[in-house]
Amino acid sequence: MSVLVDKADLSLKYTAHYTQVKEQLFEGSSEVLNAQRTKAFQDFVMQGIPTRKNENYKYTNLNPSFLPNFNFAHKKEERKADFNEIFRCDVPQLNTNLALVFNGWFYKNENEKGDLPEGVILDSLESIAKEKPELLEKYASLAKTDEDPLVALNTAYAKDGFFLYVPKNVVVESPIQVINLLQNDKDTYTTQRNFILVEEGAKVQVLLCDHTLNLNQYLSNSVTEIFAEDNSELEFYTLQNQHNRATNLNSIFIEQQKDSRVTSHTVTLHGGLIRNNLKFILNGENAEANMYGMAFMDKKQHVDNYTEIIHAKPHCQSNQVYKNVLDENSSGAFSGKIHVVRDAQKTNAFQRNNNLLLTDEANMQTKPQLIIDADDVKCSHGATVGQIDEEALFYLRARGINEDKARLMMMNAFAHEVVKEIKLEPLRDRIDELVDKRLQGEVARCHDCAYSCDC
Amino acid sequence: MLSIKNLYASVEGMEILKGINLEIKPGEVHAIMGPNGSGKSTLASVLAGKEDYEITAGEITFLGEDLLDKSPELRAKEGLFLSFQYPVEIPGVPMVNFLKTSVNEHRKHKGLKELTAGEFLKLMREKMDLVDMHTKLTNRMVNEGFSGGEKKKNEIFQMAMLEPKLAILDETDSGLDIDALRVVANGVNALKSPETAAIVVTHYQRLLDYIVPDYVHILYKGKIVKTAGKELALELEEKGYDWIKSDNEK
Ligand SMILES: Nc1ncnc2c1ncn2[C@@H]1O[C@H](COP(=O)(O)OP(=O)(O)O)[C@@H](O)[C@H]1O
Ligand SMILES: [Mg+2]
Repeated sequence: MSVLVDKADLSLKYTAHYTQVKEQLFEGSSEVLNAQRTKAFQDFVMQGIPTRKNENYKYTNLNPSFLPNFNFAHKKEERKADFNEIFRCDVPQLNTNLALVFNGWFYKNENEKGDLPEGVILDSLESIAKEKPELLEKYASLAKTDEDPLVALNTAYAKDGFFLYVPKNVVVESPIQVINLLQNDKDTYTTQRNFILVEEGAKVQVLLCDHTLNLNQYLSNSVTEIFAEDNSELEFYTLQNQHNRATNLNSIFIEQQKDSRVTSHTVTLHGGLIRNNLKFILNGENAEANMYGMAFMDKKQHVDNYTEIIHAKPHCQSNQVYKNVLDENSSGAFSGKIHVVRDAQKTNAFQRNNNLLLTDEANMQTKPQLIIDADDVKCSHGATVGQIDEEALFYLRARGINEDKARLMMMNAFAHEVVKEIKLEPLRDRIDELVDKRLQGEVARCHDCAYSCDC
Repeated sequence: MLSIKNLYASVEGMEILKGINLEIKPGEVHAIMGPNGSGKSTLASVLAGKEDYEITAGEITFLGEDLLDKSPELRAKEGLFLSFQYPVEIPGVPMVNFLKTSVNEHRKHKGLKELTAGEFLKLMREKMDLVDMHTKLTNRMVNEGFSGGEKKKNEIFQMAMLEPKLAILDETDSGLDIDALRVVANGVNALKSPETAAIVVTHYQRLLDYIVPDYVHILYKGKIVKTAGKELALELEEKGYDWIKSDNEK
């Protein structure tokens, strides 16, 4: 009983804070964002911080992550983002258009003028909401505040994040890279709200890198809405590399129109608690969605990938492969829901989740869910939870390869099936290298910054 | 080179090897024959260091040193090679990486410089020719999708790359046509020298036409029940194993 009261108390801390800073949230924000705020807040009040009683969050206990005394980064700090000095999330051979999101706030790269084609906008959500609100017509249409309390909380606080717009038929050659940094002198809760609009026939690749820059406890609650119009192509890569005291709540919503193709890669290298919500709706014929994920967890880390794909129109394809390597006391969860609506005939939906447990203590929950209301569909799903194949390990050792190295080869092999799907070659090489380092027990740093910690 | 004394081994409490004695000198070829389930593969696995088996008695020395204490990888690097009866498929591990790592681990152990990519490819081509291997290996994973014959050839190819002192071939000839059989034999014979030795586990005389054994042993129910010269293989070919079985049921 007292536990229940505590939990209610915790949500109350958050609602109290909102009430306290409400004016500041409205102030300086544009109508587009403010219009959602009040309802979002009410939806959060109704739902509270999700507990394991919430069917969609039953494998992840979020309560310890929501500190009662977080500092809220609800105001933008004045800072000049010096991209060369602060940070460089370098991928050799990969020429990117770089932007920075700092504690949820967007900072433009003033030093470098990238080579973005005419008409492409990479900017802060805050300023676009003020200057070009017509581009945000669909804001909050996918991320529904009454369906998920984290989305509600995000929408109530949402002020900034990155905004990307690729106009009709424009092909962006160099990938867009957005680096999300968390750094504050106190334990901090951050809100980030992103929006991507890829118009008809346009093409773009986006790389998101999540990092923590010091050892304070963080909770980042981010929501991204993505609209891929007819015949567009989007690849987006999320590289999660935070420390053990960070909670990363990352919800991505994607709506695809006909003939579009969207591929998502989620690479989780490090982090205390990670929850990725990835929800697709295929709203036009011949759309294709690919969802790849891999996570490498150890200590007491926890990763929870929750995917949902709605096949709303016929002749669409979806493909999901998620792999986890769980070491020590780490744990993982995968829930994948495929919903084929009535009349979405000739749907192809494929899902697989494979998990490698390196210790007896590591633990994995996996739950596929198929709801099929059409009759002419091909759907398949499969999940495995296992250990390293001892026969294969012996084969390698019998050829003179020592046990540690042989294990590493096997783990890399396990991950490689997902890594090889990365189309951007320099990124694939880089991730191969990071994965290899991670599996060797090193902290896989993808930058040369001075920050170092062994947490 | 190899000395096995009174070796007992069991798995899951079941005794499989029951007092094996075997002496192998450099330059010799020993054939081991015997009905299925006799323990031939178990003996090969114990020699290679598979940890599933518990050694309950006996000892093995290889090149004058205790073998049982050593890890499988160390045994391999010191010159012991097992051609597996059932080579395992390893999805995701590229054949070329695997072989390169294997060759370089062997070289490091001998105090030799690691091969560069170029040197390695050259060696690989040379040895593939030697064993008449035509399987394209780039972008292939270890044994994945290989036919039965290709898997066996791949074992011999690896043997040719690693140049072991003692090669143990566990039914490498099973399921091979006569051409492939000749290739296997050529591979073994190419390695043959006064310093090397081989143990050839087989059911068929025909392999022994190409690899002529100095001794033929019959393993039955975990024991070597008969040892003789190469003529024993011919006798088995003619009479089958029944006489061995009935002799040993008494
Ligand atoms: N890992 C194992 N677990 C259980 N039984 C085994 C194992 N390995 C071998 N055996 C048993 O030991 C006996 C000998 O097998 P094996 O050495 O494969 O014989 P052979 O190679 O002569 O056909 C068989 O009865 C087999 O079932
Ligand atoms: Mg056998």
